[in-house]
Parts: sequence; structure tokens; C-alpha cells
Amino acid sequence: MSFLEYAPAPESTSVLKLKDAYGLFIDGEFVDGSGAPFDTIAPATGKKIATVSTADAADIDRAVAAARRAYDTTWSRLSGRDRGKYLFRIARLVQERARELAVAESLDNGKPIKETRDFDIPTVAAWFFYYAGWADKLDHAGLGPAPRALGVAAQVIPWNFPLMMLAWKIAPALAAGNTVVLKPAETTPLTSLVFAEILQQADLPAGVVNIVTGAGETGAALVAHPGVDKVAFTGSTAVGKRIAQTIAGQGKKLTLELGGKGANIVFDDAPIEQAVEGVVNGIFFNQGQVCCAGSRLLVQESIHDEFLDRLKQRMRTLRVGDPLDKNTDIGAINSAEQLQRITALTQAGIAEGAEAWSPECELPSEGFWFRPTILTNVATSNTVARDEIFGPVLSVLTFRTPAEAVAKANNSPYGLSAGIWSEKGSRTLALADKLKAGVIWSNTFNTFDPTSPFGGYKESGYGREGGRQGIGAYLQAADAPAPARAPGELGASGSAGAGSAAGAASSVAQRVAKAVTKPAASKSPAAKAAAAKPAKTSTRKAAK
Amino acid sequence: MTMERAVAPAQRAVDILGGDVSESALKGYLDGLPGVDAVGLEQRAAGLGTRSIKTSSKKWALDRIIELIDLTTLEGADTPGKVRSLVAKALVPDASDLTTPRVAAVCVYGDMVPHAVEALGAAHGDPDQGLVSVAAVATAFPSGRASRAVKLADTRDAVAAGADEIDMVIDRGAFLSGRWGQVFDEIVAVKDACRKADGSYAHLKVILETGELNTYDNVRRASVLAILAGGDFIKTSTGKVSPAATLPVTLLMLEVVRDWHRWTGERIGVKPAGGIRTSKDAIKYLVTVAETLGEEWLVPHLFRYGASSLLNDVLLQRQKLASGRYSGPDYVTID
Amino acid sequence: MTRLAVPKTYKLYLGGKFPRSESGRTFEVRTPAGEFLANAALASRKDARDAVVAARGAVSGWAGATAYNRGQVLYRVAEVLEGRHAQFVDEIVQQEGVSRAAATAQVDEAIDRWVWYAGWTDKFAQVAGNANPVAGPYFNISVPEPTGVVAIVAPQDSSLLGLVSAIAPALVTGNTVVVVASERFPLSSISLAEVLATSDLPGGVVNVLTGSPAEIAPWLASHQDVDALDLVGAGDLDWVALEQAAAESVTRVSWPEQGPDAAAPSLERIRQFTETKTVWHTKSLL
Repeated sequence: MSFLEYAPAPESTSVLKLKDAYGLFIDGEFVDGSGAPFDTIAPATGKKIATVSTADAADIDRAVAAARRAYDTTWSRLSGRDRGKYLFRIARLVQERARELAVAESLDNGKPIKETRDFDIPTVAAWFFYYAGWADKLDHAGLGPAPRALGVAAQVIPWNFPLMMLAWKIAPALAAGNTVVLKPAETTPLTSLVFAEILQQADLPAGVVNIVTGAGETGAALVAHPGVDKVAFTGSTAVGKRIAQTIAGQGKKLTLELGGKGANIVFDDAPIEQAVEGVVNGIFFNQGQVCCAGSRLLVQESIHDEFLDRLKQRMRTLRVGDPLDKNTDIGAINSAEQLQRITALTQAGIAEGAEAWSPECELPSEGFWFRPTILTNVATSNTVARDEIFGPVLSVLTFRTPAEAVAKANNSPYGLSAGIWSEKGSRTLALADKLKAGVIWSNTFNTFDPTSPFGGYKESGYGREGGRQGIGAYLQAADAPAPARAPGELGASGSAGAGSAAGAASSVAQRVAKAVTKPAASKSPAAKAAAAKPAKTSTRKAAK
Repeated sequence: MTMERAVAPAQRAVDILGGDVSESALKGYLDGLPGVDAVGLEQRAAGLGTRSIKTSSKKWALDRIIELIDLTTLEGADTPGKVRSLVAKALVPDASDLTTPRVAAVCVYGDMVPHAVEALGAAHGDPDQGLVSVAAVATAFPSGRASRAVKLADTRDAVAAGADEIDMVIDRGAFLSGRWGQVFDEIVAVKDACRKADGSYAHLKVILETGELNTYDNVRRASVLAILAGGDFIKTSTGKVSPAATLPVTLLMLEVVRDWHRWTGERIGVKPAGGIRTSKDAIKYLVTVAETLGEEWLVPHLFRYGASSLLNDVLLQRQKLASGRYSGPDYVTID
Repeated sequence: MTRLAVPKTYKLYLGGKFPRSESGRTFEVRTPAGEFLANAALASRKDARDAVVAARGAVSGWAGATAYNRGQVLYRVAEVLEGRHAQFVDEIVQQEGVSRAAATAQVDEAIDRWVWYAGWTDKFAQVAGNANPVAGPYFNISVPEPTGVVAIVAPQDSSLLGLVSAIAPALVTGNTVVVVASERFPLSSISLAEVLATSDLPGGVVNVLTGSPAEIAPWLASHQDVDALDLVGAGDLDWVALEQAAAESVTRVSWPEQGPDAAAPSLERIRQFTETKTVWHTKSLL
């Protein structure tokens, strides 16, 4: 027998205590959603896991009202110390139920249990631990003494790191004193709902965190809701732009973590084995469904052939298959839709002249799968060198000099991450200065830590998550000017929000959508005058 | 002033560096090797360590581990009796289960070689043929602090007494002070001293003592140096210095061997030694070899464990697999 | 016999030069009482485009200068401002119709504020950046870096102080600026440009457009090579539409402020046009 054919070592699903159907988590209780329920499926098999509610506009109203009520009556009155203790509790409960969460995440997302067990879930716990400690130390967050919370935060998260993205959003928001309405992605709602049970076990006051499930419309209604003071979104650049347009003039602070096309730059003096490993980790971690993936390999021309030889040899040992198998390196693609997108973009790359290579490996017959792939002979102008594929597909380009590496790496509307592989310290530091990216990994890639700020330049978004900067995104200075609002916007900090009608969110969105098509210069003087008023009267917001 | 001194030719070095194997050529070559990032190396090793083996694979793995062990005794208190006892254990590791394979070799000090040869009798021979070979540590093991003449005499004695394999130590002092040509020359000379009466050579394992070389870059250079000078195996440690074998350092040496094979087609052996005490650890090494070099490297002439207490832990695990019950130390013999 | 004065021609300030508007247009600047003061250049969308090109070209030099050097250059600006103190007072009195005392107070504060910001160049990264104690063998540091090209609609109710309050903080970290001056009080902006042009500030680091913010701002807001948009003085415009146009290329937007305290000096004004860059590097003795 071949030793390398490890016997399957599937993680037991017996730790899971999943329900057949999940409601929305509003005001501390699970309630049925008013929209049409949908199934969440296991991407590795295509089989249904559970039925999940859809929140419609009325449900969003209820959730935002609950968050507002919790903010006004409970959370904003609690001491920072006590808010911190709730977060510590949550962190511990996540650790206690870590294996269950890891299995649920692998099942629902399709990513390998190795990653959920050793990375996603430990990172979730670490994030809550880190921000728990911030709750009673906000004076040191960099915004001056006695910074204030923003109010109700609307948070919309993606499907690639479902529970980890939840932690990145909820932990700093609560530590800073905000309350939350969070919408997980429609393909990966499961762990958010298990997390809601954890909140019940932690006895978190009702309404402090509300979780509403559904598709894009649910998220759109949430961010546009007039009762919301802060919006945090992680996802595609296209949707991020739409959100920024929708909420313009509503006085909501916005954090965007969007797409990327990270350059992983390998110099001829790189620690070569580790560079190969880093390139593999950079693009195949989580099936490449990572916004900061090192999806563009920039390898110095003088070592191109040898490096690719080594890379291919390493890729032959990658094990693709059952996400619940502890030996699996690469799991399933999250959805049929995403698989279709990866396939289409890769085909486009090949049509433009790229050569595709994948190691031989058998893919399961059911579910959504894509072989780890490298595309060589890629030109900077090719689609696959510019567009985010969000899958296990690496585009290989070359450079001759450090200056050319910088120019090529920065030649992208994105600016989230970059990698540098070299043993020459002075050049690495100079390169790190010149790269337009929010996270630079030198001789490493895809490392994350709650103390380390994460976020992008340019079209990769703005605001940071993690670290001291991450809590700043949920605070305002004690003497900050009140957020400017366009005429007619319902102030969230006023009496609106809580009791607003179900239609409020959509009417705002429509009005804003109209404004977007109107050239600014052609606006009538009357409208101008009207627009001038509210901003003029904007005064320092009274401390809460 | 010794920079341009010609070092003794060794065929591999001549092939790689050209006819004139000077110290500066050697230095230039070794300095040109890619660096090692310690953090990345250690993470990769840790990742390989998480591979999970179950049931049928585990049975195969445990037997293969036994077949790759150099069962070792290297004590000042070693006696012929102790060596005979070791050989008995090497031949029949588990008297309660005669399907248990034999180990690859026994590894002893040079003066114990005749006793080991005698005790093995007809079972003495090539481990690839199911026999047990005799390995001797030499060259003023473990420190290597003796004149070259003494080291060579040490080696010749062991070979003459019937040792099939010589585990030599490199001169770490010379290496750390940059006298790489001296280290090279010495390996070449020891290799020459491994010549048996019939003209064949005892297999030469070159112990780098990675714990004293300290850095991974040094380990990579020393590994290549040892191969260039004619080593058949590169071995991590004497077992007398801590840290001895670690998974990252072994992974690094396996990578050197893989590159050597890519460049030349020649297969070099690797022997982690010291500190591998449990089946669980040994399996991590097995996985690391398989994923770095392929399963064809998991044979006695290409991979060995230098160990003493490892064997008993493997036997305990083997008994557990057979009986379904956990075994205990009194159910295996103490050497 | 009184001497016949030599009036100044007010032009634009683009890339370190003082061109007329490419459109050839001008507009009249008058005192609050309606007296003619000067013809100012009425910048066009093409002037705005040229300004962005100049600003982009100046980013690498300005952002790449040492923080100490930026501080010296900015302090030099304050020195030259001080030397032209009387001229600025005169212009403010003429444009705004305020008393000499009020105008003097405005110029004093503008200079002092500029000095305050000049001193931040080599301190801001220390205050806003930090080492991060990550749970692993890594050196990890976060530093603020300039966002790049910042387009500013300057406060409209102030000749000099509002302009300085908007420009200076953007320059601290190494951004370059395209500023649309106050439509009613544009003269101080060109005089300030003359100060900048004679103060070692590299050409293109600040570009000044006079004219109609309502006409120019939409082109700057939607310009894909503008990295950030400061709407501090855009309260009277349809700034929501400007914000939406900026969103199309994820341009960072800061909202309108009005009143006497608009663009009050703060660290936040520096921070808002920076990006936090976090660098990881492995650490090991081995």
C-alpha cells in the first residue's frame, strides 16, 4: 500500500447539535423571519444542512429598534469594565465550543477542518479576548479622553471566514459601546446562529447583538436603515461602492473591507523553500477565497523556471477533498455561483493566452470543486492579472528589477495586501515603504492577529479592523463635530430609528438613488439652499 | 593565506565545482545557497506534524519505523554484554509477536563492533535485505576534538572490525570559524578511511551536530558540504547535545537532499538522531520524508532514525493495535 | 502726487506655475460693498484635470521626503507668510469687509495654525502608529501613510484661515492637494500660493483653483485619480451627490463643516487622509 494514501480521518460531526431550522436572532430571542426561508447547504456535497429565515424590511426595523433600545437602556449605561467582562465570557464560550464551531464552519463553508480548527475559531476567540480588554481603556484608543460610541452598528459580512468576520465586527463594536445588527452571508449563516446561542449562554443583554439572515436585499435594507449610525461591510468592491453611495448623506460612519489582487513578490535571494510555501499559503489558503490572497505572483525573471518547478512539485502534494478530513489541504468552493465565477475568469485568462497548470487530483463527484491552478504566461494587461478571481488560481508574472516589482505590484486599483520574499533587509524595508497596500507580509503571508490592523488602500476599502485602529472605527472623539447629514435624513441619534416605519429604509435608498444620477452642478438654487441648511446648523453633538 | 589552498578532490565536488576544488570555490558555492527563513521552516514542519494517520496506515507506519531504526547504545559504561543484549533486541524486538520486523542496524562505539558482529552472526548484513548492519560512531565521537590521525585510525579500526556504516562527526569548531575547506578535507579523508579490504566502502553518515551549528543557514551549508565531500547520509546529531533532532532541521536536510537529487539524480540518505522517543513523533518524520522526498525514500539505505527508547514506544503502540488494549512498559523489554 | 498702484493679476497655481485658466475665463472679485477688486481666473474642469496630474506627479517626492524635511519646508511657509502679514490683512479687509483687527487676528491664527501643523510632520507617525504585539514570531508595526492626492473644497466663509486649516493637515503626512478656494474670497488663496511658491514647497504639492466650486467639485469628486475628497467647505453644494460620485472609486470622503470652527485644528484632520500600513516580518535567531 502507499503510505501517502492516508486513511480518511474525518472529524466527527457528533459534536454538532444543529437544528433543522433557524430563525432570526432579535432582542435576545430566535424569531421567525417574515421573508421566504432558504436552505443553507454543505458545499462539499450540495446537501442541505438547515433551513434559515429571511429578514424582510419589517424584521430589519425590529432588529434595529431592538439594538437602539438596548443601546439606550442597557449597553450605553454599562461600565466599560462590565462590557469587557461580557466579551471575556463570549471568548471563553467560543473556546469551550471550539470544536463544534469548527465542524459547523467546515460543513457550511466547505473549508478544511484543519483551517477552522487551527485558524478560524482560535482567531475568533482571540479577537474577543483582545477587544474585551479595550472596553474599559477607551481613553487610550487614540481619540482623546472619553471618546463616545457611535450607536447602532449595521454589519454585513462575507462567506469566506464567516465566524471570524463576525468576531472582527462584533468584538470591537461592543467593546466601544455600540450595539449591533449583523447580517451573515446567505451561504454561510450557520455559525452566526450557533454564535447567537453562545450569546444566550453568556447572558448578554437582549438586543445588544441581533443577527438577521437573508440575501443581498436584507443587507441593503439593513445598511440603508435610518436607525443605523455606523456601517461596516466586508465583501466585494462593487457592493462596497453601492453601500457608500446608498448611505451618502445619512451621517453614518463607514468601514469598508473590499477586494484585492495582492502581489506576492519573490526575489532571487528569497528563502526559496519558504517562499514556495508562502506562495502556496498565499493563494490556496481557504481555496483562495481570501480578499488579501496573494493572487499575483511576481517572481524575478532569473529564477522563474526553477521557482515554478518547485511550486508545481509542492502543489502535487496538496490534498483536495472532504473538508471534514483532517488531512485535507484544499476544500470545496463555497457555492455554485462562486465556482462558476472562478471557472469563467480562468477560462477568460486562458483565452487571453495564459497557460493553465494543475496537479492531477481526483475531485469529488458532488459539490463544488476547483483544482489548485497556476496560470503562466500572464501579461499585466490580462483579465487574470487585474480582476479578483477569489479562488485557487494564481497568476504568474515576472519582473527584472526591484523598481519594476514595485511598479507592477502597485499597478492595480486595489491595495489590500502584498508579500515580499527576500533575505535583504534594506530592500525589503524600502519595498514595504513603496507598496500601496494596507498589509505587507515580509517572508510570510496570510498571517493575522487581533492586535494587528488590517485593511486596504485605494479600492480595497477604508478603515481598519484589528488593533487600536480597529476600535477607533467604532468611536468618535468627545469633541467630534456631528456627522453631516443631507436634508430630510432621519437622525439616528434623535428620536427616529426605533419607531420608524418599515418603508423608511427603502424610501431613503430610492431618494439617494435618484440623487446619484443628478449632476451636481445642475442642481437648482432652491435645492442648494435647502441642502445648505442642515449642514449649517450642525453643532457639536452633546455627549451622551 | 589558506584561501586558495586546494582541498582534496572528491568526485561530487569536482563535478559541481569543476576540476579546481579550491576553498574559495567551495565558499562561493555554499554562500550562494538560498537562505532559510526560520519561522517559515518551523511553520511548515508544524503543518506536516498535524497530518493524521489512522488504523491501517498506522500499522504500516509502525512497522516501517522499526525497520528504519539504528538501535543505539553509546554509553561510557557499554560492555560486550550490553551490546549482545542490544543485538538480541534488534533481532527480536518483541518476543510476544514474532511478526515484528527487525531494526535496520545497531549503532555502537568502535570498540564494541566485534561484539556486535559476533552477536549478529548470520543476521549481520544489508538491512535492505532484511538483515541487520553494524554502525559505529567514529572520529572522536561525540566532540570530534582529536587530531585527524586519531580520527582516521578510529575509523579504520571500526571498519576493519566489521562495521558496515561509520557515523562520523564534523569539526564544528572549524565550521563555525569559517574553515570549511578543513571540514571538507576531513570528510573526504574519513570517507577514504571507510575503504574495506574488498575495496568497497562502509557507508558514511556525516553528523552535523545541528544543535551546535545553531542556525538553519549553517545546517544547509553543512549539509551540502557533507554531500559534496562524499557523505552517503547526513545525520542531525550525536544525541549528546541539545537540541538534537528536530522536525524543522530534519525537514531542511530533506530539502537539501531533494535539491541534490533534482540536480544530480543521486539519492542521499538522512538520519535524524536524538530526541525522537515516541511513535507519534516518529510518524511526523515519516510523513515529512514522504511529502518532501516521496515514499521511495522510506527505505533503510535512505532514511534512519537514530534512537534507543523509540523502539519500545513503537512496540507498545503495535501491541495496542493488535490487542485493542493499551499496553504498559512491563510488556516490552528494557533494551 | 499719489503714486499710481500696480495691481496684481490673480491666476491659478498649478504644478508650481501660475497659469491663466486654459478656458481663458475670469470672474470679478468685489468687496462686500460691490467695489471691483480684481479679475480672478475662473478655473475649468480641464484646469482641475491638470491640477490632479500635477498633484499626482508631486506625491512621490513629497511623501518620500523625510518627515524632518517636510517640517522644515512647512515651517518655512509660515516664515514667508509672516513676512507678507500686512498683505494678507489688506486682502482680507478688502474681500471680507471686516475690521483690520479681525483680519489681523485671522492672519495671526492662520500662521500659528500652520506652525502647529508643521511641527506634526515628524511626530504624527509616532502618535498614530504603533508596534503590535502579535502572538507569534513576528516584528509587526503599523504606520500612517499619506492617502495620496487630496481634493479639497475649502471653507467658503473664510479667506485665509479656512484655506490654511484645510490644506496644512493634508500636507503633514505627505499628501498633495488640489484645493478649490473660497468662491467669494479667492484673492488670499493666490497670495498664499505665491508664498508656497517661494517657500521650498515642491511644485505640484499644492494646486489652487479659483472659480466655482459647484462647477469644479463634481469633476474632482468623480476623478478616479483623486484618492480623497475633503468636502469641508462644500456644505452649500449638493455634497451628497459629490460623496456618491467619489464612492465610484472608493475615494475617501470627509464631510462638510460650517461655522467659525470649521476645520478646527485636530489630529483627526491629519489622520483622515492617511492609510494605516501594517508590516509583518519574521523574527528568529536561527
